[in-house]
Amino acid sequence: MVRKSTIRAIIVNIVAWTIGFIWVLPFIGLFMTSVRPYSEVVLKGWWSIIGAHFTLKNYYEALFNPFYNLARGYMNSFIVAIPSTIIPVFVAALIAYAISRFSFPLKSYLFLTLVLIMAVPQQMSVIPLFFMLRDMHLLDTLQGLILVHSSWGIAWIAFLLKNYFDMLPREVEEAARVDGASDLQVFFKIVLPLSLPALASAAAIQFTWVWSDFFYALVFLISPKNYVVTQRIAFMKGQFYVDWGLLSAGSILAMLVPLILYAVLQKYFVRGMVGWTIKG
Amino acid sequence: MPVAGPRRVRWGVLAVFLTPALILLTAFVIAPILGTVAISFECKHGFCLKNYVDVITQQSPDLALIYPPGFGGPPPWGALIHNIVWILIHVPLTTMLGLIIAYLLKDTLGGSFIKSIIFIGMVIPMVVGGLIIRFMFDKYVGIVPKIFQFLGVKSLAITWTSYPQTALIALILGSVWLWTGFSMTIYAAALETIPRDYIEAAKVDGASERQIFFKIILPLLKPATLVVVLMTILWDLKIFDIVFVATLGGPGGASTVMALVMYMYFARELDFAKAAAVAVLLALLTLIPGVYMARRAVKG
Repeated sequence: MVRKSTIRAIIVNIVAWTIGFIWVLPFIGLFMTSVRPYSEVVLKGWWSIIGAHFTLKNYYEALFNPFYNLARGYMNSFIVAIPSTIIPVFVAALIAYAISRFSFPLKSYLFLTLVLIMAVPQQMSVIPLFFMLRDMHLLDTLQGLILVHSSWGIAWIAFLLKNYFDMLPREVEEAARVDGASDLQVFFKIVLPLSLPALASAAAIQFTWVWSDFFYALVFLISPKNYVVTQRIAFMKGQFYVDWGLLSAGSILAMLVPLILYAVLQKYFVRGMVGWTIKG
Repeated sequence: MPVAGPRRVRWGVLAVFLTPALILLTAFVIAPILGTVAISFECKHGFCLKNYVDVITQQSPDLALIYPPGFGGPPPWGALIHNIVWILIHVPLTTMLGLIIAYLLKDTLGGSFIKSIIFIGMVIPMVVGGLIIRFMFDKYVGIVPKIFQFLGVKSLAITWTSYPQTALIALILGSVWLWTGFSMTIYAAALETIPRDYIEAAKVDGASERQIFFKIILPLLKPATLVVVLMTILWDLKIFDIVFVATLGGPGGASTVMALVMYMYFARELDFAKAAAVAVLLALLTLIPGVYMARRAVKG
């Protein structure tokens, strides 16, 4: 006789794998559409693989056709996302450490401000920023976008890192200070190396968010040559005729970078997400 | 050695740690926020509330917040109403699905693999998320209309994003697909913290699996549920990218949202004061969950 718990385990597994299949199905569809001629996909559907032809033409078009030029978009996205990750992680680590370890006037208000900033929508900042950047001659430049992303990354990263610093044992820092190390030395030589997992989480998530951002890019980057990846695929879509072959290839290219990062740093993504929200 | 609390340090030291963040935050975060508030009250002659009155009573379907003509019938409703409908459908669906999936995957072969697949929705650009939603609901290449065609439901064998009756619901269902990874992850982490002894003890006392779930596990998950609900509400209020690429608020304003209306005032109407007023209204809404989370965070 089969035990009741075995039957239950089988059912749970079937349900779980069905859910997993449903979740991955859109990606399979997107991928199948991207590697086949669109005429064939429209006729037979991406799910029919009998007599399918495979081609990389869609990818080539998306990357190098001067109308779309995702290759250029890739370069712009990297130019924006890398500094927009390094700057706020570093700056936020400094302020988070001060909040965690030092006592100073208005500290609790500063922390409260950081937390509230995390809830503010991007729409709340773009109008004055648009004119500020214009006056600074940084409108429609990647540098301007980097400044905006870096500044808006500080609040949530500081919050994440402050929680992490609070959990670090202080004995090592105290001992180093007794041995005559300055606060800055303690921070750079002891605290930062100990915090690498948290810094990795913050960097992975911030990079992904900046890479994925669309709204700031849409507002602040005006000339097509400056467009980042997300802008380019958003404008690839015609109003009435949609070439899904091209669009699916573009979509896959756009999400490839965050996906690779996620595959490599999965642990840090999940921990960061959890640490940022739960351990408040 | 006793563990010291927060220490007083010299101003110079403090300045090194605080100044870079304070400069960036003041210049590019706080000043623009205050600036937006100021602009939202700007009128030809000094300050007034006219912008707010105008955006709230706006009746053009693609800009209306709450009062388009024909309200009560099928969409277009106002953008604010769309956001609220979004929250009412999305929050319960995504919360329950996340919990169920996290709970099921605990005992599934390859559960962590399925988890990483479901989490992908949180990692990809939302622009891509929006395109995939449109793709899945496309009459020619999408699988959802094909399924309805197969079932003989002609009225749903259409490109959902192109019809006012279905555009909004397609986006909302798509957002469930994108966002469930978050609630699943939070629940999975919370489930891990529940001591096995609790459940073993209940089993010894003869509690059924259902009782264990509802009487022991669910109450212990309350903090996680709060986080999931608040964050999902925040996300639904701020939603922009997937609407922009999938429908641009259309057809005929049937899927507009607050953030998109703000952008339309800003970029299409070039009416910065009204755009600012919509932004302030949106920010006030996000402050409700925001303040709640802030209180939790500050309390520690």
